[in-house]
Amino acid sequence: MVEALRKPPRKDPLQRTTVPTLPPAARSRAAQGLTRAAALGRFALQCCSDCGTFLYPPREACPACLSDRLDYRDAPQSGTLLSETTIRVSNDPYFRQRSPWRIGLVQLSAGPQVICHLHDDCGAGGSSVYVTLQLDKSGQAVFFGLPPEKQPNWADERKWREMTADPKFRRVLITDGRSAVAAALVGALQAAECGEIFVGVSEPWKPDGATLSKLRGLAGVTLVDLDLTSEKSVRDLAGSIGAKVDILVNTADHVRPSALFDPAELNRGREAMERVVMGSLRLVQAFGPVMTSRGADRATSAAAWVNILPVYAEVNMPEFGMHSVAAAAALSLSQWMRSEFRQGGLRVVNAFAGPLETEWFEPLPPPKVTPGALASAIVKGLKSGTEDLYVGVVAEDIRDRLASNAKAVERELGQ
Amino acid sequence: MSSTGQSLRSGYDGVVLTTPVSVPYERYSIKPAQWWVAAALRALSQQSGVRHADMDGLALASFTLAPDSAVGVTQHLGLSPRWLDNVPMGGVAGIVSIRRAARAVQSGDVDMVACIGADTNHVDTFRQTLASFSRFAQDAVYPYGAGGPNASFALIARHYMDRFGARREDFGKLAVSQRTNAAFNPNALMRKPLTLDDYMAARPICDPIHLYDCVMPCAGAEAFLVMRESQARALGLGYVHLRSAIERHNAHASDPVQVRGGWTIDIAELYAMAGLGPDDIDVLQTYDDYPVISMMQFEDLGFCAKGDGAAFVRAHSFTHDGSFPHNTSGGQLSAGQAGAAGGHLGVVETIRQLLGEAGGRQVAKARYGMASGFGMINYDRGLASGAVILEAAHG
Repeated sequence: MVEALRKPPRKDPLQRTTVPTLPPAARSRAAQGLTRAAALGRFALQCCSDCGTFLYPPREACPACLSDRLDYRDAPQSGTLLSETTIRVSNDPYFRQRSPWRIGLVQLSAGPQVICHLHDDCGAGGSSVYVTLQLDKSGQAVFFGLPPEKQPNWADERKWREMTADPKFRRVLITDGRSAVAAALVGALQAAECGEIFVGVSEPWKPDGATLSKLRGLAGVTLVDLDLTSEKSVRDLAGSIGAKVDILVNTADHVRPSALFDPAELNRGREAMERVVMGSLRLVQAFGPVMTSRGADRATSAAAWVNILPVYAEVNMPEFGMHSVAAAAALSLSQWMRSEFRQGGLRVVNAFAGPLETEWFEPLPPPKVTPGALASAIVKGLKSGTEDLYVGVVAEDIRDRLASNAKAVERELGQ
Repeated sequence: MSSTGQSLRSGYDGVVLTTPVSVPYERYSIKPAQWWVAAALRALSQQSGVRHADMDGLALASFTLAPDSAVGVTQHLGLSPRWLDNVPMGGVAGIVSIRRAARAVQSGDVDMVACIGADTNHVDTFRQTLASFSRFAQDAVYPYGAGGPNASFALIARHYMDRFGARREDFGKLAVSQRTNAAFNPNALMRKPLTLDDYMAARPICDPIHLYDCVMPCAGAEAFLVMRESQARALGLGYVHLRSAIERHNAHASDPVQVRGGWTIDIAELYAMAGLGPDDIDVLQTYDDYPVISMMQFEDLGFCAKGDGAAFVRAHSFTHDGSFPHNTSGGQLSAGQAGAAGGHLGVVETIRQLLGEAGGRQVAKARYGMASGFGMINYDRGLASGAVILEAAHG
């Protein structure tokens, strides 16, 4: 059984912060199929479309029938441990910093053998293991072997925490306390034993409203001034708490109905871009440098940046056309962020949601996503290490339709 | 084998190996691989009396020659061969070079082939070689702790121990015996005496692999010449006969973990071609990147049954004067692993033993010698295997 993670003591200011290093990142293009599955929290292996053989390591042709019609298919995750070792001397700086490091060779019930990172609770050769696909600190997919029966504290295991952004004991900044999801997020994060939560409040002279009033005075929650439209406000806050933020949840949003030929759309567009895209950029510039420098800072290092995005970032929904435009720009920004944040071992999580159960989406028919569902999906994603979350049936529906025929979705939403 | 059980292969009649060359190893070298190839070629020329420009064949194995290939080396070193082979096969490169060179020499495509394994070892060369060793290693091995071959062989060794009951002490006996042999090899990098207690007490590297299970990467070169017997006689060179040779790649792909190499498929042919059996072999050089792999070769080369490797080790002594002389140069475990030259080390030592030139480690009355090669951990196992039987000319 893994020893429970202890709440980290206040950091000794003289102690050197561990410089983030990354595990080996080079992969073939075929292997990126695993990354695609891991980013979605799925378990998929390359499979031959002609003879049905599951293949690993990823190939360019099936060794059984030489077909090149190989695609990735969901596969069973059970396996048997064939052998295991603990690497005490590694050739790579990332693993040298983290040795000893246990790995295993697993016979998957799907057919292939995989080398995987092995949880300390797994038994010796012959034991059953449950294999997942995770994104490591380089953002690349790796197999991880877990015991089929989870022991207490299993998620505190240090190799597993390298593959996830578990909120336990990590401190969180939620950027907008007036957002409908803020209160739900606080609840879900505290249930996951997170550390202190900072909640941003803009224009503090305004009445609290339903969400903010719930957070005021809540134990473990500190309200902080934060106006994403002001560079000074964002920089001031980063100067004060930047080094204490391990997970940042960016709730920047601006929902308004749109009409393409309405002259007022220009102003609405400017406003949406200013709040959603430029607001996020201000946050990134102020908090990014310190967070990426703390990507390997003890067991509760800076770990993740979460962007909550409408699923219409991926395809325009005309009724909220400008909202979709700003979201598409925010999605592009998140991809840019990933290349930069990865250097510090941080993951950028995009939580794509369908329309939320909020006043701005009232004209839309159900089903909609409740703030509680969105919050628990985000926390679950952080705990399991997922990078792209699709929350609710509408977001999942759009995701699947886009994967099947993106052009069809464009036409269908534009009817 | 044909359906009648008769091999269709013709023998290697008239093909000989001469001029065993070892360029003394260095732990780290600032010289590039091209320098080590040149040093091997220079020694071949000096020992054989043949001008290097007159050698019309070259079979070259090296991991660290980039961006050059064997073609570039011809211009670099002033060769104009009519037969050229690049053999990027690591631990089996020596055996494969012999097989190819022997047929070319036999058919007259070439008169003499310089077979060279040479690699340098700069600081950080080893890590870089590991990180880009193969497509599968890059995708599916190196990101998992970057333990290199130590981790890969730890998985194989742990499974072998669990399944067949081999113990660390058994592996240790081989490592200790090889160190005893290395005391008589002035070129071996590690000659400090090693006891079984030292072996057992060594620090763990990748359980169950401990320090003295591991070879030390180094720079160095090994080489020999393949030619027709008539030419060796004309040049007045000592030579040994090539009696038989096998190679096999990616055998037993359905074994979940490696417990055997490709030798098992071809071993009957190796002995049949030579008209010999395991009992006739006077001295054996296995590819010893780890003792467990030597144990596996005792089984797969027919010296004992599968799973009996540990019992075989307990029943024999492995020094040059022991009941089963094995890795008499000290092997890679004591001499060092000079990259692809590790695949030539056993061949060169076998030639020396059969020529009676092995000095203080000479095996008495050695007539038949076997050298085996193994290598290329492409993913989870060594894919390439090979072996040769050589016979002393005076035998």
